[in-house]
Amino acid sequence: MNYFVDNKGYYGEFGGAYIPEMLYPNIAELQAQYKAIMAEDSFQKEFNQLLKDYVGRPSPLYLAKNLSAKIGAQIYLKREDLNHTGAHKINNTIGQILLAERLGKTRIIAETGAGQHGVATATVCALRGLTCEVYMGEVDMARQAPNVARMKMLGAKVIPASSGSKTLKDATNEAMRDWINNPENTHYIIGSVVGPHPYPDLVAKFQRIISTETKLQLKGQTGRENPQFVIACVGGGSNAMGMFYDFIPNEEVQLIAVEAAGLGLNSGKSAATTALGKMGVLHGSKSILMQTEDGQVIEPHSISAGLDYPGIGPQHAHLFATGRAQYTAITDADAMQAGIELAQLEGIIPAIESAHALAQLHKMSFSKEDVVVVCLSGRGDKDMETYMNYLKD
Amino acid sequence: MNRLQALFAKRPKNLLSIYYTAGYPHLNSTLSIAQLLEEAGVDFIEIGFPYSDPVADGPIIQSSSNQALENGMRLKVLFHQLQDLRAQVQIPVVLMGYLNVVLQYGIERFCERCQALGVDACIIPDLPLEVYKRDYENLFKSYNISFICLISPTTTEARIREIDQLESVFIYMVSSAATTGKDLNLGDQTAAYFNRIAQMNLKHPLIVGFGISNRESFQMACHYASGAIVGSAFVKSLQGLEITEHGSLSREGQEQLNSFIKEIKG
Repeated sequence: MNYFVDNKGYYGEFGGAYIPEMLYPNIAELQAQYKAIMAEDSFQKEFNQLLKDYVGRPSPLYLAKNLSAKIGAQIYLKREDLNHTGAHKINNTIGQILLAERLGKTRIIAETGAGQHGVATATVCALRGLTCEVYMGEVDMARQAPNVARMKMLGAKVIPASSGSKTLKDATNEAMRDWINNPENTHYIIGSVVGPHPYPDLVAKFQRIISTETKLQLKGQTGRENPQFVIACVGGGSNAMGMFYDFIPNEEVQLIAVEAAGLGLNSGKSAATTALGKMGVLHGSKSILMQTEDGQVIEPHSISAGLDYPGIGPQHAHLFATGRAQYTAITDADAMQAGIELAQLEGIIPAIESAHALAQLHKMSFSKEDVVVVCLSGRGDKDMETYMNYLKD
Repeated sequence: MNRLQALFAKRPKNLLSIYYTAGYPHLNSTLSIAQLLEEAGVDFIEIGFPYSDPVADGPIIQSSSNQALENGMRLKVLFHQLQDLRAQVQIPVVLMGYLNVVLQYGIERFCERCQALGVDACIIPDLPLEVYKRDYENLFKSYNISFICLISPTTTEARIREIDQLESVFIYMVSSAATTGKDLNLGDQTAAYFNRIAQMNLKHPLIVGFGISNRESFQMACHYASGAIVGSAFVKSLQGLEITEHGSLSREGQEQLNSFIKEIKG
């Protein structure tokens, strides 16, 4: 079974590049060049150097002893929250800014949900001196205000997306419209493993470092490079794809992807795509999509802006369809509890997105010797207002 | 031969097509607008079926799509409304919409309904040429539904030639690198682009769309191409028109629509 992209840009029946003709030259250029550019020695050297000296990689793999004792398994946290800018998103934006430079682009656009990808994009644009405009849903701008301020301080322009549900899906629509209007000088840094081919593949390859490091670190700490379980949260799915990537060929490793159930799977307020969706086309690829019978995209809901997306990346759809990874969903309430629990047991405040992956630990039974890696994809500073409001109630 | 093929077989010039969104401004206004456009002398019409995430469209068509969805417009509903199409309207009809809606309806079922109702062609902007040729070309041909492809200023010559090889009726020439509804710049750059494409001597006639909003831009398009499509400007002119429960326009609305068309055609 091939779990990775084929030479036509598909993952099984998912993927492809379903784009208007106006974007064809941009996508064709990326398709033709991304592999060769990423394979260049100078690219790899610069990418790895920046990940080390600027991002602070490798990020630690931390055995959370107190949490382990409570859960009854060996719980390792992959600390992406300790990256510069506070989440895994920067791995991808470093890679894409180097790619954009080599394609001769001078202007960068991006979409953002929680604001982490927007901040990570604004950061690399400041570093490399490129113009940066970030589309963000109006609803998200309100609930992630600190990240809006960070983007502005970094010199980016934040453009409110006011159509539809005013969240990540709509910010992505606006970014694609911008690209149609500015096809020649602009590179679109997509923040997740979504979008037309080759985005899902190139973003996964930039995030792959998460699992590559984990294998080495686990080997050093336990003597074995493969755990029993790997758990990560999924909105579009970039931290999960990076966390899974090098483990995918090792079929004995159970991969668990955690979506946001919102107020509950049957509440009508959810973002659990694999549970509620079916095959469809959105934002340039064929994947699994929450939609009405008529093919209208359903507005998702999650307390975490980063998981508030009605689709998943096509490679996730393929891992789901083939059964290689298991997809589950965690409610807003369970995620908040898990976030607070980690803060009090380990002194680590996780992003609410990552708290969904932590909450999954309580839904499973382990034996004491089981080694479990959870991707702590981001830190919770941006979520303090949401946590405070939750604690108040 | 379908109606669109018949129209273009005569190699006509100065064709005016109007785009509007099904179910906007009123759920039931779809067919009455088609009739009025035919009476006003429009050569063919393009009816959009709404989608929640229309990435190639600017704010005016986006908002008409949202309103149409709120009004209850769905592809199923549109096909129901079009049952009387050919009893009332004789000019060619092109349906335009996004792939996901067609996929969920079923592509073959979609083609079958189009043919049965007298729809002549369709435009699905996010169904790329490669996928169309690989998966759907035979299907569209077997139901004699013409598939219209777009080109834009950034489309390479080789790609345009490839599109021209496809069996179709016309090539939809997007007037600038833009989403719908941005006023066309009538300057040298646009003229150079139109001229470059016109000089390619393509098999297919060209119809210009996006940004055509008035007589001046219509005439410029017609100078280089066989005609043009007016979308956002027309949809905007429908805003606030008085419509009855049955979807017919008031006398005032009809006059307004007529003068809009007259103003463009001259």
